[in-house]
Amino acid sequence: MSKSVILCGVGGQGTVLASKLISYAAMAKGEDVKSAETIGMAQRGGSVTSHVRMGENAFSPLIPQGKADVMIAFEPAEAVRNLSYIKEDGVVIVSKKAVKPVTASLSKKVYEGKDMLDYLEKKVKRLLVVDGEKAMAELGSSKVLNVVLLGAAIASDEIDLSMDEIRAAIDAKIPEKFHELNNRALEAGARLYLGITD
Amino acid sequence: MPDLWCIFLCDMLYLISLRFIVDESSIIRALVICSKKNNTCFFKKYIVEDNIMHKEFVMGNEAIALGAMAAGVGVVSGYPGTPSTEVLEAVAKRNDGNTYVEWSVNEKAGLEVAAAAAYSGTRSMVTMKQVGLNVASDPLMSLAYIGVKGGMVIMVADDPGPISSQTEQDTRTFGMFAKLPVFDPSSVAEAYGMIQTAFEMSEKYHTPVIFRSTTRVCHAYSAINVKDKEEYYKNVQSGNQSDAGNTEGAKTSGFVKDSNRWVIFPRLSYANHKMIEERLPVMGDELGELEYNKLSAVNNCDALEINKNTDKKSEEEKDDNLTAVNNCDDSKCRKGIACGGISYEYVRESLHGISERQGSPGKESAIDFITDLCIFKVGTPHPFPEKKAVEFLEKVDEVLVVEELDPMIERMLLMTAGKYHIDVKIKGKLTGNVKNAGENSVESVSESIYDFLNIHNSEAADRGIDKMDSDDNSSEAGTDGNIIKPEDVAQPELPIRPPVLCAGCPHRASFYAVKQAMKGKKAIFCGDIGCYTLGNAKPLDMVDTCLCMGAGITMAQGFSVVEKDTTCFAFVGDSTFFASGMTGVVNAVYNQHDMVLVVLDNSTTAMTGHQPHPGTGKTMMGDIVNKVSITKILEAVGLTEIRTVDPLDLPKAVETVRELADKPGVKAVIFKSPCIALFKPEKTCNIDSDKCINCKKCINELGCPAITVNEGKVVIEPALCTGCGLCTKVCPVGAIK
Repeated sequence: MSKSVILCGVGGQGTVLASKLISYAAMAKGEDVKSAETIGMAQRGGSVTSHVRMGENAFSPLIPQGKADVMIAFEPAEAVRNLSYIKEDGVVIVSKKAVKPVTASLSKKVYEGKDMLDYLEKKVKRLLVVDGEKAMAELGSSKVLNVVLLGAAIASDEIDLSMDEIRAAIDAKIPEKFHELNNRALEAGARLYLGITD
Repeated sequence: MPDLWCIFLCDMLYLISLRFIVDESSIIRALVICSKKNNTCFFKKYIVEDNIMHKEFVMGNEAIALGAMAAGVGVVSGYPGTPSTEVLEAVAKRNDGNTYVEWSVNEKAGLEVAAAAAYSGTRSMVTMKQVGLNVASDPLMSLAYIGVKGGMVIMVADDPGPISSQTEQDTRTFGMFAKLPVFDPSSVAEAYGMIQTAFEMSEKYHTPVIFRSTTRVCHAYSAINVKDKEEYYKNVQSGNQSDAGNTEGAKTSGFVKDSNRWVIFPRLSYANHKMIEERLPVMGDELGELEYNKLSAVNNCDALEINKNTDKKSEEEKDDNLTAVNNCDDSKCRKGIACGGISYEYVRESLHGISERQGSPGKESAIDFITDLCIFKVGTPHPFPEKKAVEFLEKVDEVLVVEELDPMIERMLLMTAGKYHIDVKIKGKLTGNVKNAGENSVESVSESIYDFLNIHNSEAADRGIDKMDSDDNSSEAGTDGNIIKPEDVAQPELPIRPPVLCAGCPHRASFYAVKQAMKGKKAIFCGDIGCYTLGNAKPLDMVDTCLCMGAGITMAQGFSVVEKDTTCFAFVGDSTFFASGMTGVVNAVYNQHDMVLVVLDNSTTAMTGHQPHPGTGKTMMGDIVNKVSITKILEAVGLTEIRTVDPLDLPKAVETVRELADKPGVKAVIFKSPCIALFKPEKTCNIDSDKCINCKKCINELGCPAITVNEGKVVIEPALCTGCGLCTKVCPVGAIK
């Protein structure tokens, strides 16, 4: 069985850490893991994606169109931009807050993210819009959007990784002083997902 | 799996043969020793313990570094360049003192440092990106003739797309031009083992070898088996056989003076050219037998098998399932696919996808079409594995060649078919069957394969994916493929998100200062390679040219000759100045050109991820050394007008540029301010909404990503702002603090 997760956002949002945690957890479980990241010029405020593939029959490190089981989107427009990667009935976890590019400010085009979220609502059956700012305010840290979104994605049960397996990856890969915060962030994300589908 | 055999004739009575049983990553799994004494055979098999390996989740570049270390590399040099940078960084990070590592001033310097190490019998590696090989091409071409003693690998990362480069040049073609062997891995796991083989082949044939990888291998991650650190230097063979018993670290047998070997003269060049031409076909045959060149068939049962296969299997076993090795039957294989590098994985994934679709009800059966397809994977494109190619071409009537960048394999197959008079149709880039520029993807490769097999791509039709030329894998395209709910909803227009200078980047202030100073005057702004190329974007719009590393400085001089009434500026970063800017300044002084040199000194090599350089005073061996001063260099060259200014002090910066622009000769402004990514900002700026008149001058003049419009009001995003304060100096009403 193979699983593919696409993470997308804007350079600097923390997509890489989330993809690392998934990859390490899958590797610890003994799965074959492949992943690919955007590195280089595009990191400077450009659109970035991370592809994670685990299990059998994943040859290319990049996910083919329509083959991603889960999308973790850090930004509404980036979710729309990469929507073609998601399989039918795939899960999309998206952070509500829009990151406005310089081009939008310059061209006087209004981009607030709402159009994107409306579009996603219409297109995606299994969609969770996460109010990241609210969740982070409750957690008392502005740096854990990635783990909150990851918690929601894990709770969807589409990634074949348990909360405990991700917790173990957090313990292994994140400095100890941030364990407690990240574990709380993970759980907060999971609760958000379960709250929606209950 | 091919094994390695070593046969030693110890004396007339003893014949000892050693057989190394190696796994996919070229790790010795078992050792079989046969010795023959007076017609009596002794046979002993030692299983090498498994605990010399452990599993790691590594980036392709890290796998290349670990493979080189496992091969006992003693000297690693290079110059940063995406997507190659992490190779040298990984060696430095894992270095326990056995390897000398340096960021050289440029690729030419790096190649020469590594070459001398290899002359002395030490295994060495130089790393660079594809355009870096252009810089290193002078020593490269000669070194190919001279050769080496210790194994030497020139690790070059190509960038199909291109994603972060000036060109889509193909290092395989460069290898052919330089007459050097080229290795081309298709996956992270293969790269780890292949680089070890590359060192062995280099040492065996006394030639440097090129290890060419591409972005999707370099920057992919994979969980692979790697050797434990303690094992790195145990199996090192030295270039000097008499030294082979020594196992202490990466070792050198020393440079042996021999002017008939190491001094390139026309007579030696002639002799070595002849030797190389005679050696290439021999090497081609030997390389052709390596596991990296594979001829395999997809037959009906095997293709179906992959659908049922849910057990966990290794990469290698999966491989055998999809492509039954050496199963090509002359009577059956009428079509073949030749491929190399990451495209091999795309081909496998495409064939898997096509065979999978056979199971979906109501779809046209694809499986019959891929029955008995022959796959030729080329892992060593130069010298071309001709024997294997002939074997392949003789089995098929029609070939599709899938590769990125140049049609290298395609040309070699065409040549081979011509040379051996084999009647076969060869399709690929040259016939328009595979896209001729940009990256391949599973989608583009599937499209080509569907066409080649004359089957309707119902999946593409379902998903609304256009033909391969639509760049459907590009994140820009935003294809509307995932119709989950039936309503036909129009996709809202996506915001364009090009890379931009970071919030707080001192380059923004530098460009803005020059722009202000030259307002209303005629000026040409020559750019260069680095983060500051992004100064071309609106609203700054301050980069008129960008050609290659260091070109801006000398191009400004050319412009000054023909554009008399124009002030010619050259912007160059600190690392680029050292890499290839300095000679250009000498040219300007010597030839009496009029120009303003603007050095954007942010104390790092920012674009590639903050590598140290001669001006930073840090080395990759962890030493703190004297900083090379750009000011002193310029003084020594003979410049009399050199000003160092903090670009964030806007009025002073503007005034300095204005003053210098009017002076004759070569003038220099050094804008010195550290890269914003190197330190944590202490404060942020705020907009006083009562004072703000919403004129948006800050946005329209600076284009800082931290300043946006929210519900009609200009706001500063505190998470992005670094408090550089440039906007406070632009605001006409002093609303920003």
